[in-house]
Amino acid sequence: MDLRFTPEEEAFRDEVRQFLVEKLPTRLSDKVRRGLHLTKADMEEWHAILNARGWLANHWPERYGGPGWSVVQRAIFDDEAARAFAPRLVPFGLSMLAPVLIKYGSEEQRRHYLPRILDGTDWWCQGYSEPGAGSDLASLKTSAVRDGNHYVVNGQKTWTTLGQYADWIFCLVRTDPTAKAQEGISFLLIDMKSPGVEVRPIVLLDGDAEVNEVFFTDVRVPVENLVGEENKGWTYAKYLLTYERTNIAGVGASAAAFDRLRATASSLTRGGRPLADDPLFAARLARIEIDLANMATTNLRVVAAAAHGGAPGAESSMLKIKGTEIRQAITALQRRAFGIYAQPFVPEALEEGYNGAPVGPEDANTAAPTYFNMRKLSIFGGSNEVQKNIISKMIVGL
Amino acid sequence: MDFQHSEDRRMLADTLRRFLAEQAPVDRRNAAAYGDSGYSPAVWQGLAELGVIGALFPEAAGGFGGSGFDIMVVFEEIGRALSVEPFLGALTVGHALAAGRRADLLEPIIAGTSIVALADAEPQDRGPDAPYATRATPDGDGWRIDGAKAVVAQAEAAALLLVSAQTVDGASLFLVPSDAAGVSIQGYANVDGGRSGEVRLSGVTLTADARVAADGRAALAAAEAAALLALSAEALGAMEVAKAMTIEYLRTRKQFGVPIGKFQALQHRIATVLLEVEQARSAVINAADAFDHDQGADRDRRLSAAKYTVGATGQLVAEEAIQLHGGIGMTWELPLSHYAKRITMIDHQMGDQDQHLQRYIALGRAA
Ligand SMILES: Cc1cc2nc3c(=O)[nH]c(=O)nc-3n(C[C@H](O)[C@H](O)[C@H](O)COP(=O)(O)OP(=O)(O)OC[C@H]3O[C@@H](n4cnc5c(N)ncnc54)[C@H](O)[C@@H]3O)c2cc1C
Repeated sequence: MDLRFTPEEEAFRDEVRQFLVEKLPTRLSDKVRRGLHLTKADMEEWHAILNARGWLANHWPERYGGPGWSVVQRAIFDDEAARAFAPRLVPFGLSMLAPVLIKYGSEEQRRHYLPRILDGTDWWCQGYSEPGAGSDLASLKTSAVRDGNHYVVNGQKTWTTLGQYADWIFCLVRTDPTAKAQEGISFLLIDMKSPGVEVRPIVLLDGDAEVNEVFFTDVRVPVENLVGEENKGWTYAKYLLTYERTNIAGVGASAAAFDRLRATASSLTRGGRPLADDPLFAARLARIEIDLANMATTNLRVVAAAAHGGAPGAESSMLKIKGTEIRQAITALQRRAFGIYAQPFVPEALEEGYNGAPVGPEDANTAAPTYFNMRKLSIFGGSNEVQKNIISKMIVGL
Repeated sequence: MDFQHSEDRRMLADTLRRFLAEQAPVDRRNAAAYGDSGYSPAVWQGLAELGVIGALFPEAAGGFGGSGFDIMVVFEEIGRALSVEPFLGALTVGHALAAGRRADLLEPIIAGTSIVALADAEPQDRGPDAPYATRATPDGDGWRIDGAKAVVAQAEAAALLLVSAQTVDGASLFLVPSDAAGVSIQGYANVDGGRSGEVRLSGVTLTADARVAADGRAALAAAEAAALLALSAEALGAMEVAKAMTIEYLRTRKQFGVPIGKFQALQHRIATVLLEVEQARSAVINAADAFDHDQGADRDRRLSAAKYTVGATGQLVAEEAIQLHGGIGMTWELPLSHYAKRITMIDHQMGDQDQHLQRYIALGRAA
């Protein structure tokens, strides 16, 4: 047992830190730290900076533009970037579509799409969920019917994150309505500019419009946009879910959010004493800190196992549940910390360059909207209930 | 022993529920709550005409109710409908005035013609017995007030602000017309609907009779007691609706070919919600009883117990309601999300669950 990283790994960490100090624009890290909305251009800017260094697609094989990092190096990078308040990488092209193309796509598709993900030409979004198909994804109904050299797509996707920015959407569509649910699904790449595609925003409870409905009416999609084989889409989609994601626990992001919470607690007073000295608040803070330290080690145990070739099983479900619970607990406490000043809602204050008179202490006005927004963590990416089903199926085996 | 509300109160609740369902269903409530004035003046006038404000005050103060159970019944309905009308201001200011023996000032409040707001909290936190930063100094025959008040509910709509300020004799309460020279209000929307504002008072001069309670602490204690009960009951009403909506959703939303309520994992979750909401109802009943029958620390402990309970239960109910709805639970369009926000933010008004738990402990030690 040795919790230390190797000297090489530590040297790598220093290199990452140095890079972040030099290349991460303060304007961006400030926005992330303060919980402000990132624009499309902000996210693209950070992608471009990483791409210039060759670090954007850090889990891709080298021949497609990956840096050739080990699992441990990737974990170190994700951790350091999050702690430095770097923008989160937009996962749809980089971490969702690309692994599928790399494993199941044609060489032509890889040569066409992967460079465009790297250089930011294409913004991708994920078209899995439908109004009737959430946890039960395999019940999806959007249909694709072959017509000569095209598929004709009809149906609706929903909850499409950042679809308003997207050039392309990767979709699960039903190509064989007679087969068993999982067996008639295909994985199709659709140009959002095709006639018949319509995007409508969904406003979330915090007033934010980050998700959309996407409607398809007789959308003609060239057959070359099929990934892999027809009716094998479910296998590819599942591959994505089990695709080893070291960052699923979000330890770095939670650690950064926790630091900010601690700073809040020591800058505020409650009932005449520092909030951090309030015994109940202090207990809440300590519980989260302990949970986070425990999870950091759990996460590294999984990373270490993966580095030695261990296949991720229930671990990714475990990390998803625990990671999101901790993050949500942090946002709940951040909201609580501001007392009455969590109530004022100044949406303009979530945008860069807001110059209005602040209401209450710094960060107060983002605390409640962030808390409400982060309820999504336990719902998407396979809800926490579904993750528990996966774990219990594995361990009880009934 | 009788756990039914009296016939009169049941009628009051029914009338109120029907009126709000007709006049302020959620879509109209949201339009008003997130609109320019943060509430609906028409709904407020209608409620005043129904006598709902009068139900919050005893006969001696010009009302026809005012007991703990009257307040509970009214505010539970307010919670069920997510009403953003300025009831809490009327309740707190009215009870403070009555305690300060100025019930003569209540008539326009009860008639709904004068909107009032309690301006007590300050931007700078202070200790429990520490003086207010807002100061009132003698000025000729009258007073001059300087200071600032924080997150004053419906500050922009209010014609009168009941302002707590430090005088040489201790804390006193002053009725300040919101259009008085030297009063400025920075208004803003609330996360959960309605509007509040930061109130600045600089060199506001008032006549001598503006000091409506020389002993501000006693009058404020009356206002606070009423507010804790009211907010607890409001939370209860909102939790009942969020619970009912979630149960309905479990029955109707299908995944994997069955209603999701068939999944035992979710059955147990909703069962926990149900039993905690019942516990919260008992806490509110205890608080209403204390409001009527107990004094001093005994009363305040049971009020804090209720506010603590709805704070803790509220977080559970709001989070579970969203979670069990899945993605749709996070949308603005679904009324549920607005219930979840209101339930959550009640824990930010008049002290959160932690503060009331500590107050409960401290009052128990003192007893
Ligand atoms: C902010 C946000 C962004 C999203 N972004 C995307 C995106 O970009 N692309 C995309 O395709 N999708 C996206 N999603 C959709 C997300 O994946 C779904 O919301 C999720 O799969 C849950 O589906 P649902 O919302 O239909 O809830 P449902 O599946 O209807 O679930 C409702 C409740 O029932 C529970 N439940 C369901 N089945 C079971 C079971 N068998 N056992 C126990 N409990 C169960 C769930 O856990 C949940 O609590 C996003 C969602 C959100 C909220």
